Amino acid sequence: MPIHDQSYRRYRGGKVMPGQAWTVIARAGMLNLLRKRVFLGVLLGGWIPFVGYAIWLYVNANYPQVSIIAVTPKLFRDFFGWQDFFVFIITVYVGSGLIANDRRANALQIYLSKPLARSEYILGKAAVLIAFLLSITLVPGMLLLLLQVLFSGSFEFLRKNLFLIPAIGTASLLQALLAAFTMLALSSLSKSARFVAIMYAGIIFFTLAIFGVLSAITASTRLSWVALGANLQQVTDVIFRQTPRYQTPWQVSLIVTLALIAVSISVLERRVRGVEVVT
Amino acid sequence: MTTNTPVVHLDGVTVIYGKNAALKGVSAQFNRGAVGLLGPNGAGKSTMLKALLGFVKPSQGRMTVLDLDVAQRPLEIRARIGYMPESDAHIPGMNAVSFVAYCGQLAGLPAVDAMQRAHEVLYYVGLGEARYRNIETYSTGMKQRIKLAQALVHDPDLLFLDEPTNGMDPKGRDEMLELIRDLAHNKNVNLILSSHLLPDVEYTCDDVVVMDKGQIAAQGPIAQLKGPGGRVFELRIKGDLPSFLEALRGAGMEYTSTDEDVMRVFVPDSLGANDGHAQHTLFALAARHGVQVRHLRPSIPTLEDVFAKALGEK
Repeated sequence: MPIHDQSYRRYRGGKVMPGQAWTVIARAGMLNLLRKRVFLGVLLGGWIPFVGYAIWLYVNANYPQVSIIAVTPKLFRDFFGWQDFFVFIITVYVGSGLIANDRRANALQIYLSKPLARSEYILGKAAVLIAFLLSITLVPGMLLLLLQVLFSGSFEFLRKNLFLIPAIGTASLLQALLAAFTMLALSSLSKSARFVAIMYAGIIFFTLAIFGVLSAITASTRLSWVALGANLQQVTDVIFRQTPRYQTPWQVSLIVTLALIAVSISVLERRVRGVEVVT
Repeated sequence: MTTNTPVVHLDGVTVIYGKNAALKGVSAQFNRGAVGLLGPNGAGKSTMLKALLGFVKPSQGRMTVLDLDVAQRPLEIRARIGYMPESDAHIPGMNAVSFVAYCGQLAGLPAVDAMQRAHEVLYYVGLGEARYRNIETYSTGMKQRIKLAQALVHDPDLLFLDEPTNGMDPKGRDEMLELIRDLAHNKNVNLILSSHLLPDVEYTCDDVVVMDKGQIAAQGPIAQLKGPGGRVFELRIKGDLPSFLEALRGAGMEYTSTDEDVMRVFVPDSLGANDGHAQHTLFALAARHGVQVRHLRPSIPTLEDVFAKALGEK
């Protein structure tokens, strides 16, 4: 008689109702990445500017005689400027393979044969990237604000600039959504994560180069909307109540940014399917 | 759902890819137990399974799975079915046990239960010793087994198996068929086995639905489709073949060609098959038409005969 019955047995336990599978996808995706040392290094690298700014806030609060620049909302805006580089690195590292690798391994038909909708699959994958992006933008941004209060021992700055709380939240979220959905859309177009990474970097740098050329020709920055990154910079300036850096109306930059997110979602809707129909 | 209710019902289902109709007004029903979905490559078997899973939307018709409408309640259906795809499919970067447990969680199992079930089903499909290996290092046969494991982990009421023995060596194939047979006959799991391999279907299934060119060619219990009483003979002749075939047809016998120059001839009971006169009937017919009988061997009606008859092969 066997010690343990290794035959197939019917399952008598409970099941979770459909609708929560995206959390399973997100959790598995995050844990899978956090097991990689290289990624942990990249993620920690994203906190280097935070350390620099924290020191700055400390010195400013405790040694006013050596502080050159006062703490203003611009400091927080500039912090986001530094984070752009790390956002790019993490987007490429995490996002390029999120769907492309599943397409390479024919995993979509496995996923979509389970009780989860396509939107849940996309949400789960997007959540992986968005969570890591927010961990290097929203979290350090809010912590900097908290440190400013702690180091100065006063709520005066925060009270005067209360808009910084929603500003940090909105800027972080907009940046994460744009990066996540454009990257996921590109990832859904290929079976090679490497190719997706090159495509994404190409689009970012190529549109910036085009903008540079157009600026030189027209001697103005009115056409900044052609560059993916420039639109976000323009809108982030406005969110932090700073003077926009380009001549393009910020509303145009916002519309282009939102349109890019919408187009990316539309691409995902077409590409994430259980079966690829070639006609 | 009563025991007699079909697990899958299709009513006038048409699926069109571009300009090509993959399913043309298909009406069929799959009873409880093991049902084979048989047909040559391109007959529309996989398309039917994908339509039932909600991967492709039919342009016409209605489908129900486990009494639930596919168009209206796809998620509830998918929570109760398991799908083993035809092509190689896995989730990259996972070992077998993580992959199967992950699939269990996706299907709604709590994490602890999913892990326990993953170990159980991996042992059941014969991957117990290899369950901590990365799936990408698996052989083709092992990948087939892992696909079955992920389809079983959440204990589905109905399994869709799309060409489950593809690429397997003879021993692995036999083991896979044994598993399928065990699931259907001992574990009360309903299943639809899509295959172009007649012996696989014949060994594992009770009923069969034969498809050809996007349409149903025949359906029903295999025993019934094998036809009324009668005997099948393997026959090879020398002489005027066309006129002999005409004579066979005229005498009420059916025939199908097989490999080389041997044909399978079905002699119905009405021509004395049961009384042992079938051989005499064939010899007499051959003598009347001046052909030599070079080979005559009794056989039994197989699913191949059903398949050939349904597809109208001559």
